[in-house]
Amino acid sequence: MARVVILGGGVSGHTAATFAAKWLGSSHEVVVVTPNAKWNWIPSNIWVGVGQMTKEEVTFDLDPVYKKAGITYKQAKAVSLNPEGSESETQPFVTIEYTGQGKEGESEDVTYDYVINATGPKLNFGATPGLGEGSQLGEHTVSVCTADHAEHANHKFLESIEKMKAGERQKFLIGTGHGMCTCQGAAFEYIFNIEHELKKAGVRDMADIKWISNESFLGDFGMGGLHMKVGGYVVSSKIFSESLYAERGVDWMIGAHVSKVEAGSIDYELLDGSTGSESFDFAMLIPPFAGVGLKAYAKDGSDITDTVFAPNGFMKVDANYAAGAYENWKASDWPRTYQNPTYSNMFACGIAFAPPHIISKPMSSPNGTPINPTPPRTGMPSGIIGKAVAHSVCDLVTKGEGAHLHEASMAEMGAACVASAGKGLTTGTAAAMTVFPVVPDFEKYPGTGRDTDYTFGEIGLAGHWIKHILHHMFIYKAKLKPGWTLIPE
Amino acid sequence: MSVKQEEVNFARNEQSETTMMPGKFATAMRTNLIWQFIRFVIINLKMLVVVSKSH
Repeated sequence: MARVVILGGGVSGHTAATFAAKWLGSSHEVVVVTPNAKWNWIPSNIWVGVGQMTKEEVTFDLDPVYKKAGITYKQAKAVSLNPEGSESETQPFVTIEYTGQGKEGESEDVTYDYVINATGPKLNFGATPGLGEGSQLGEHTVSVCTADHAEHANHKFLESIEKMKAGERQKFLIGTGHGMCTCQGAAFEYIFNIEHELKKAGVRDMADIKWISNESFLGDFGMGGLHMKVGGYVVSSKIFSESLYAERGVDWMIGAHVSKVEAGSIDYELLDGSTGSESFDFAMLIPPFAGVGLKAYAKDGSDITDTVFAPNGFMKVDANYAAGAYENWKASDWPRTYQNPTYSNMFACGIAFAPPHIISKPMSSPNGTPINPTPPRTGMPSGIIGKAVAHSVCDLVTKGEGAHLHEASMAEMGAACVASAGKGLTTGTAAAMTVFPVVPDFEKYPGTGRDTDYTFGEIGLAGHWIKHILHHMFIYKAKLKPGWTLIPE
Repeated sequence: MSVKQEEVNFARNEQSETTMMPGKFATAMRTNLIWQFIRFVIINLKMLVVVSKSH
């Protein structure tokens, strides 16, 4: 019997674990190690952050689902990997530390035949002074990265609405809290939900709303922007996004690295090297992501973290990490199988794999501060990669070492994204977008890097309906209800 | 004479001057239930194509 250990129970890890359990059946063991007791449909956290959904509506308990799937569930965080075993253990193992199940603080070595690293990111609030400490959100701003954060954000949002109703003007600052952030899309969706809810509450005229981000142009989204079909034209996402902001009276500041956060104000540095500060009454700033800080040790106990992980803490996979300058970057630099190049029984998926480089054009201020979005690896690509990796591992288990590895390059897959602006079925308007491929391929599409037949954007209620359907469909799928495998990632 | 919404939007600040702005018709179609139902079907079909090309 082989044991497959999956580190992380988010979109990618959960997808990998549930498919692995289905494909391997009871003759092999699938173990999930995740510090969380609940699964969270993160895209709907945006609605929690404006009071349109409750935390309970976007989360569910993992334990019963894993019991049903025959998955061994350990509510714990992975601390280190020993891919060669140790002097006292011949098998490779991962050291975990329990965070629940009545074993809080206890350590355990879990041996494995194959390990899939799907730990997701460390929310690195500590990278910006004042934004938080380590992975803990600070006291001056809010976040929508977790359901708890989103619930807290909604409390603060409601307080601001009450102040406006009492005649006190409020300034909302939404965007990214560091020059190296990703996930602009979440902040993008949140700012438009904030704007929509303020209108609904009848206090829009009492609010100043400003976007701040590390993108060098509005609509970069960490993907170097995109050219999409809109109304028969192929339009840059810059124009598309600027239109959305301008129409809603939302100001924007781009190319910004937030260097410090204090009560009611932030300091920033712009791409032109200038610095300044911006005041706020309510700020939702996405933190930068980093690897979760897993260490790796060789058999003799020596530290091999640098061999297994990139400097940012994400796991090295079959990407070309020696691409060099921006001019040399190619779509083929991006990983296909997500297998660790040193240890063939280790894989990474979702945010946990180290990208070969960013997608957007690298930028830095004259002071040398890098200010550019890092690549998004969430949502649909995350699920597709998780499934492909699970498929590879299952084939390795059942067919042996020579089994064909399944491929899922972000340079050959698309993504669908719906950014709501409200939650109503007859009010508010969402931006529904698709991009294909996620990583531009300028050899194939020399002008835009993408197939404009499959890269489009549209604003309207239809997007809201799709977002509602996605919410229910993916929670249904994640709960492994009948027919769950028919729902695509 | 009432001022068109797009005039208000363009005049808001310098940032808004160089982008595109929806007119009254485009804005109305965004929430027109019949049109949006048609778009819902079309967007879903397009998304399904993208999903199928990605697997």
